[in-house]
Amino acid sequence: MIEAAGVTWRYGADPVIDDVSVTARPGRVLGLIGPNGSGKTTLLRLLYGALRSATGTVTVDGDTLTGLAPREAARRLAVVVQENGGETALTVAEMVLLGRGPHLGTFQRTGPADHEIAARCLDRVGASHLGARAFAGLSGGERQRVLIARALAQQATHLLLDEPTNHLDIRYQHEILRLVRGLGTCAVVVLHDLNLAARYCDDLILLGRGGVVAAGSTGDVLDPAVLEPVYGIGIRRLELEGALHLLFHPLEERVA
Amino acid sequence: MSTDTLGVRARRRSTVLWTTGLSAGLIVTGLIAVGTGAIAIDPATVARIVIHQLTGLDTGDWTPPQEAIVWQVRLPRVLLGMTVGAGLAICGVALQAMVRNVLADPYLLGINSGASSGAAAAILFGAGAGFGQYALSTSAFLGALGASLLVFLIARSGGRMTSIRLLLAGVAVGYALYATTSFLIFASGSAEGARSVMFWLLGSLGLARWDPLMAVTATVVAGATLYLTVVGRRLDVLAVGDETAHTLGVSPDRFRLRLLVVVSLAVGVLVSASGSIGFVGLVVPHLARRIVGAAHVRVVPVSALLGAILLVWADVIARVLLAPQEIPIGIITSLLGAPFLLILIRRLHA
Repeated sequence: MIEAAGVTWRYGADPVIDDVSVTARPGRVLGLIGPNGSGKTTLLRLLYGALRSATGTVTVDGDTLTGLAPREAARRLAVVVQENGGETALTVAEMVLLGRGPHLGTFQRTGPADHEIAARCLDRVGASHLGARAFAGLSGGERQRVLIARALAQQATHLLLDEPTNHLDIRYQHEILRLVRGLGTCAVVVLHDLNLAARYCDDLILLGRGGVVAAGSTGDVLDPAVLEPVYGIGIRRLELEGALHLLFHPLEERVA
Repeated sequence: MSTDTLGVRARRRSTVLWTTGLSAGLIVTGLIAVGTGAIAIDPATVARIVIHQLTGLDTGDWTPPQEAIVWQVRLPRVLLGMTVGAGLAICGVALQAMVRNVLADPYLLGINSGASSGAAAAILFGAGAGFGQYALSTSAFLGALGASLLVFLIARSGGRMTSIRLLLAGVAVGYALYATTSFLIFASGSAEGARSVMFWLLGSLGLARWDPLMAVTATVVAGATLYLTVVGRRLDVLAVGDETAHTLGVSPDRFRLRLLVVVSLAVGVLVSASGSIGFVGLVVPHLARRIVGAAHVRVVPVSALLGAILLVWADVIARVLLAPQEIPIGIITSLLGAPFLLILIRRLHA
């Protein structure tokens, strides 16, 4: 369980996140949604300690995040960030094995058990055939899947993902999110696509200017009356075969 | 789980082979290099003299001048070459990971410019005269220390020590101290002094002898190599990115600071012992990565071996090419290194 209480972050004088509280509960997938610049990524970075709020606290399973040693924090929180790994010359297998680092002692090298975990995680994201390739030579979508495999290899009790469906084709968008759901760990996902959020998140937090506009179960937050003023787009909500779908249309068109 | 689907075991096997092969190559290089010079001595005799000196065993006959040449003159020089080559190579590896730029080299942080200013002050104005025969090295080391401190303070001044801030601080300090050295040369008005400073700036192993300086240099390089190998996995993570490092349990700012201390110390000692020898720290890490891949646990030791071998051969060329005159070794490494780097760059984009 991750609990953030009263956290704040400002770039310059403008507070992006202002006195926000969030709870990510065990075994559930929490989605962070909101328009561009609403602070989704900033909030996520506060949750895994890349940013330290001057106010409030973040606790992971009851321990304050700032009090945890970096390696201990990495055993509890696995994160998929939007950093693409740049010019690294590591192979895919080496990249995934980096996820085992937090579990290894300083003088310990990776063993057969670690290799097996890494191979299994690559398999789960449909990338086992990429193991020997250079990470830098992969396509955007393949990279993203490898980074998710690395986060899985970390075997942390919490999984945080910043736009994990970026660069992925439609099939892998669903496969990755279904995989995250199937893990049964506490997951926090920043998502752009509201229909993906509808299908794969248990709870949602909708961020608007400076703070939380709505928070609650997915069905409650994905209410056109709540979403329309925040996103500035017309929305129709459909229930098809028990699943929730959103259709979008520009607001001006409707007026005209 | 007997199949090696990730290729980890194959990599490890090939690394062991390369390390063994390069170690053997280093010994052979040493024997040939010690034997080469105005008076040629065959490698077998060199080996017998060295073994006798180390163990006291009776290993056959040779002439006293041969023993003096091997043990007093050439061996210290070759060992210093190995130490400096290994040291520059591993510092290059560390810096390329720290600033996440494959064009980084040990002199990027302006540390050598600081050492040069110190050396110029010693040669031209007798700074550090109180240290007797170590005046030059001590003065150079103090200059290097001053430069690193300056880089460190500037890089930290804005809060976090990011890679870009470290890079810019290094370049700025480097230019300022380079200007200082030029000014010292200009102000002294001594043509002879200017020549000595120039010679020192281009690098030389001519100061090598069995003395505490050699022991300090060797210890620092050995320690740094060991440290960088042990933290290899953390270097991998840092080289990918700060955010990634953080999420994998490595505090990027704290780790970069520790690396800066290790590298500054090592480069300061190396420059004090041998002047500025370019390109080794830039090219060798690339070579090592081509051979054993990018994981630092393998890149660091292999770079150390490669750097040691290459610098000793560069020194052999420097001694032999225009014998009896000696060419500054920095000229040789740059002449060899530049085209080499161009080839690597061509391959990089192929």
